[in-house]
Amino acid sequence: MLDLVLTQTLNGLASASSLFLVACGLSIIFGVTRIVNFAHGSLYMLGGYLAFTLVTWLGPADPLGFWGGVILAVLLTGLAGVLIEVLILRRIYQAPELFQLLATFGVVLMLQDIALATWGPEDKLGPRAPGFRSFVILFDNRFPSYELFLIAVGPVVLGLIWLLFHRTRWGVLIRAATQDREMVSALGVNQRLLFTSVFAFGAALAGLGGALQLPREAINLHMDLSMIAEVFVVVVVGGLGSVTGAYLAAVLIGVLHAFGILVLPKITLVLVFLVMAAVLIVRPHGLLGKAGVEPRGHAGQLFLLRPADGAAKVFGLVALGMLVLAPLVVPDHVILTLTDLVIFAVFAASLHLLMGPGGITSFGHAAYFGLGAYGAALAVKWLGSPMEEALMLAPLMAGIAGAIFGWFCVRLSGVYLAMLTLAFAQIAWATAFQWVDLTGGDNGILGVWPSVWAVPKTAFYYLALAIAVIVIVALRVIIFAPFGYALRAGRDSPLRAEAIGLDVGRLQWAAFTIAAVAAGIAGGLFAFSKGSVFPTYMAIPRSVDALLMVLLGGVQTVAGPVVGAFAYMGLNEQLMKLTAYWRFVLGLSIVLLVVLFPRGLVGTWLYWRARRESAAQATAAA
Amino acid sequence: MPPVLETRDLAKSFGGVKAVDGVSFSAEAGRLVALIGPNGAGKTTCFNMLNGQLKPDRGEVLLAGKPITGLAPRKVWRLGVGRTFQITATFASMTVRENVQMALISHAGKSWRLFGRADQRRLEPANALLDQVGMTAQAERACGVLAYGDLKRVELAIALANAPKLLLMDEPTAGMAPQERIALMALTARIARQRGIAVLFTEHDMDVVFAHADSVLVLDRGRLIASGTSAEVRNDPQVRAVYLGSGATSGGH
Amino acid sequence: MQIDRRSFVAGTLALGVPQLVRAQGAGPIRIGEVNSYTAQPAFLKPYRQAWELAQEQINAAGGVLGRKLETVFRDDAGKPEDAVRHAADLATAEKVDIIAGGFLSNVGLALADYANQNKRLYVASEPLADALVWSKGNRYTFRLRPSTYMQAAMLVEEAAKLPAKKWAIVAPNYEYGQSAVKWFKELLLKARPDVTFVAEQFPALGRIDAGATVQALEAAKPEAIFNVTFAVDLANFVRAGNTRGLFEGRQVVSMLTGEPEYLDTLGAETPEGWIITGYPHADLQTPEHVRFRDAYKAKYNDYPRLGSVVGYETVQAIAAALAKAGSTDNEKLVDAFEGLKFGSAFGPIEFRKIDHQSTLGAYVGKSALKNGKGVMVDWSYRDGGKYLPSDDEVRKLRPAV
Repeated sequence: MLDLVLTQTLNGLASASSLFLVACGLSIIFGVTRIVNFAHGSLYMLGGYLAFTLVTWLGPADPLGFWGGVILAVLLTGLAGVLIEVLILRRIYQAPELFQLLATFGVVLMLQDIALATWGPEDKLGPRAPGFRSFVILFDNRFPSYELFLIAVGPVVLGLIWLLFHRTRWGVLIRAATQDREMVSALGVNQRLLFTSVFAFGAALAGLGGALQLPREAINLHMDLSMIAEVFVVVVVGGLGSVTGAYLAAVLIGVLHAFGILVLPKITLVLVFLVMAAVLIVRPHGLLGKAGVEPRGHAGQLFLLRPADGAAKVFGLVALGMLVLAPLVVPDHVILTLTDLVIFAVFAASLHLLMGPGGITSFGHAAYFGLGAYGAALAVKWLGSPMEEALMLAPLMAGIAGAIFGWFCVRLSGVYLAMLTLAFAQIAWATAFQWVDLTGGDNGILGVWPSVWAVPKTAFYYLALAIAVIVIVALRVIIFAPFGYALRAGRDSPLRAEAIGLDVGRLQWAAFTIAAVAAGIAGGLFAFSKGSVFPTYMAIPRSVDALLMVLLGGVQTVAGPVVGAFAYMGLNEQLMKLTAYWRFVLGLSIVLLVVLFPRGLVGTWLYWRARRESAAQATAAA
Repeated sequence: MPPVLETRDLAKSFGGVKAVDGVSFSAEAGRLVALIGPNGAGKTTCFNMLNGQLKPDRGEVLLAGKPITGLAPRKVWRLGVGRTFQITATFASMTVRENVQMALISHAGKSWRLFGRADQRRLEPANALLDQVGMTAQAERACGVLAYGDLKRVELAIALANAPKLLLMDEPTAGMAPQERIALMALTARIARQRGIAVLFTEHDMDVVFAHADSVLVLDRGRLIASGTSAEVRNDPQVRAVYLGSGATSGGH
Repeated sequence: MQIDRRSFVAGTLALGVPQLVRAQGAGPIRIGEVNSYTAQPAFLKPYRQAWELAQEQINAAGGVLGRKLETVFRDDAGKPEDAVRHAADLATAEKVDIIAGGFLSNVGLALADYANQNKRLYVASEPLADALVWSKGNRYTFRLRPSTYMQAAMLVEEAAKLPAKKWAIVAPNYEYGQSAVKWFKELLLKARPDVTFVAEQFPALGRIDAGATVQALEAAKPEAIFNVTFAVDLANFVRAGNTRGLFEGRQVVSMLTGEPEYLDTLGAETPEGWIITGYPHADLQTPEHVRFRDAYKAKYNDYPRLGSVVGYETVQAIAAALAKAGSTDNEKLVDAFEGLKFGSAFGPIEFRKIDHQSTLGAYVGKSALKNGKGVMVDWSYRDGGKYLPSDDEVRKLRPAV
């Protein structure tokens, strides 16, 4: 028994190493640039593929060929990091917070198709490492010598980074920038060079993580996304910007995983997220994180939130009129698409209440969309409810979950809060996935079809449109009502908000619940429009969709999410039909949109208009 | 009648450093009390304990004779304590008027209303407050783009929105031009006397202090070392030594 | 004028109308094919290639019912909700006559439910879920590939002959893995009441923590192992198991491992002597298979994978059903599919009337290493029709039709 415990600990430490390498790169990048780099998992995958190609080319049997290939792969991944930083991110550092996340997600999509086109669809099981092909006997078990090597890599890299950070000027600058970005720019440091070099360094670490997997695991096209989720967890559990914290978190998660397998084999699906939720509830800034690392406030990025003026109202009414008249002129399949789009507009608008006025980023908003869908489907399946009743239960279920999850979430802030929402979403997802008797597991619940009157596509479209208009208008009214102002007050200046008697935590909690209810309504409608529900409704990609819609439209605008939903989901759908490499084109479109419209579509429009007006005023005054 | 504000033996340490150590004083309605002292004397810590942002380790804060020690800032505010901050804190995505309206809405207990346009509420009183602080002309501008001095005026208007008994002003004139400073404090003094508000403020500019404070409290290393009228404090040898920097008793630099 | 306004409105909505309404009857017969191309490229690239090959061959020979076949492919990205959206879009916008495809079980089930609701024929090519033809089976859905149950039953036949009594199990944690385990245990216990199951591991799909999983299995000291992992999980499991000696002195019975999609990845790591289901593409020399293989090689300069066979035969099945029905009317096609017989690269098969499952079988053999590559040896074809429950049981399993 003791043998097993010791061996499993070693197994956990070995998996912790690659997790740590990727995580500390992400953490350092975040610390200095405040960018949540979604493409970090893709860089890890790139490192793996590059190492596979280079090692095979240089000769895997020869130590020089193998390790030379690994080092080259690491350098090339670092170079890819430089390209991403210089070509894309550098142009959008001034954009609102998290907008860079949108760009890095575009990079994720592009790299997925680039990898597929370059390396083909087959998994690549790389060669074993020269000198570490075999095993040693440890605790009466065979233990791969390469795993021992990996166990050593973690602390060695940690030590090297420590030396780099304490013994070189560059490292000291990184530490200083992590603590206070303004101070570093005040010191007259070449910030561009610092950011580029940091991005390259972080990318190279991710590449190293990927390259070192070569003798251990098959390199494959899903490595990016399966890694990025776990790495976010590690970074957050460790504490943003803390390299040592990242190591501790990686070890904690690696070892818990190895033991989780012994005790509850099926728990591997959610274990990391359970750990993260537990850690964040007890320690709101992770194990070793400090409160100051979070970007504070939104000063300088905010502009007045004004109700729609005449022109915008006319535009909105014309758009609505077109949606109402659409079934008269467009064919059936366009109606189906429009149905999806209006549902997504509700979903995006619900997240916007949190992200815009609330200043709360949610990485797990799909949970409420999905729970709404499941609420409806479960009502149909287990209670035999008709559609009308099920559509009432959808927001109820989502709202209850939102109230429970939100209660924990609003105690946190910034990226920590966002990651806790993700953890709850993953827990909800795993419940739907694992509780087969109730939810049908990944096969979902089928036969969630609308009532007879709503079966015709046009009828259901009008139902969805009517509900969407009501919900979106209601959210708009809320935003301009005292509650919306109070929520925004809490975002703009929590200090001032508290000092004028506003209970920011409770306001945010209420906003969280309202947003969950609205997302639940969207989810319920979606269930009936598809006739079925699946755990994918609350999986990470769905949450990412919501984020992208809101960010693309413009967080600091009210019409933004609706425009973003139509733009993003419409684009997504059309591209999927047009080309097999739709991910590349979609990713490229996102990157271009981000660079061209750094305030989001609606935000940029408002900004242009405001500039024109002030210019006109200036000429009038002169 | 008890004084508007009274503190008894307030103390707070951070990691063994006594930031505030046994401070007792009081403030009367309609009078301006200045809290002065060198950097790190504990002024801001003291302020933060008064409005509930920090919990004191020891001691009591009484508002009109009732203890408010350790209450959350928003509860302290509800009891009639307005506050301005050393670094201005306003709502950058709202206009000047909306900032004041927000405070008025909160004071009226309507901040949870889910419908009805917020910018149509409490217009009259908001305009009156803006008028009082001389910000009417800029009412439609976003707070995010205001000059610093104007922000301080907005803060004053916000702080007055709950018809406070007590106004806490942390460095109200920091970052303003000398003439603006005098004007703002004159305005504050006028309002305080009109409405019978007790004002406690910290200040670096001695001209401002001696021109407007009815009484002065001097803090040094967390302890109250002197209090009295401007003239008394100005002539206190201890104050001169530690604060006004004569260097005579501290042995030179 | 009318058209102008339509295109104007549609254009303004940034949606576009992809295809103009096309004349029915004279043009090609259109098939709408939905699959997880970007999510599962390893299986689906060969699948699609063979699909296009089959279509080309049929069209070169004059098509079906005097019309050419034409396919509109759509990627569902692994999301069942997107698959349903595509199906509806294909049916309404593209005016396809037949809907086919699906790799993931949940995608297949979603499409089957869509088909049932809309009374459209759905030819499920690859999804393995038993529910597709049994508990959730419906009039409009037919499935080609041998189901989870069938493949498990083929392996149980061999597993029961092994002396091993203590079994351990490793399976991906989702419906396919769970079903395979359920059937394997049930059927093996029926054949061998003396066996026990001493360990079960359910790693998350695509995310196996191979070292720790192998260690956990090793700790249970089983005499034999039933493996359901595939693709990258299989590769990682095999490598960790090889180094740690998990497979030494143990029998391993493994689902799908002999399919070239998965076996090829293993390369020199291929463990020897595993009992596996799969497809021995290089050694299968029956005339019908050689014909298929040669044609595939000629067109793509590559050998076919199992996905290729499935794609190819799905088109063949559809063509045969169209010929039999003499119409593209979906009700007639459904009737034609029931009991439809045609010749496949694996030999003659039939779509059973009782549950709409085809009798396409699989090859069961042993894994071996040849020139640093994994191959199947000692294999034999198992006719799918022989590995299905009795008709009475099937009727119980397929309640509502």
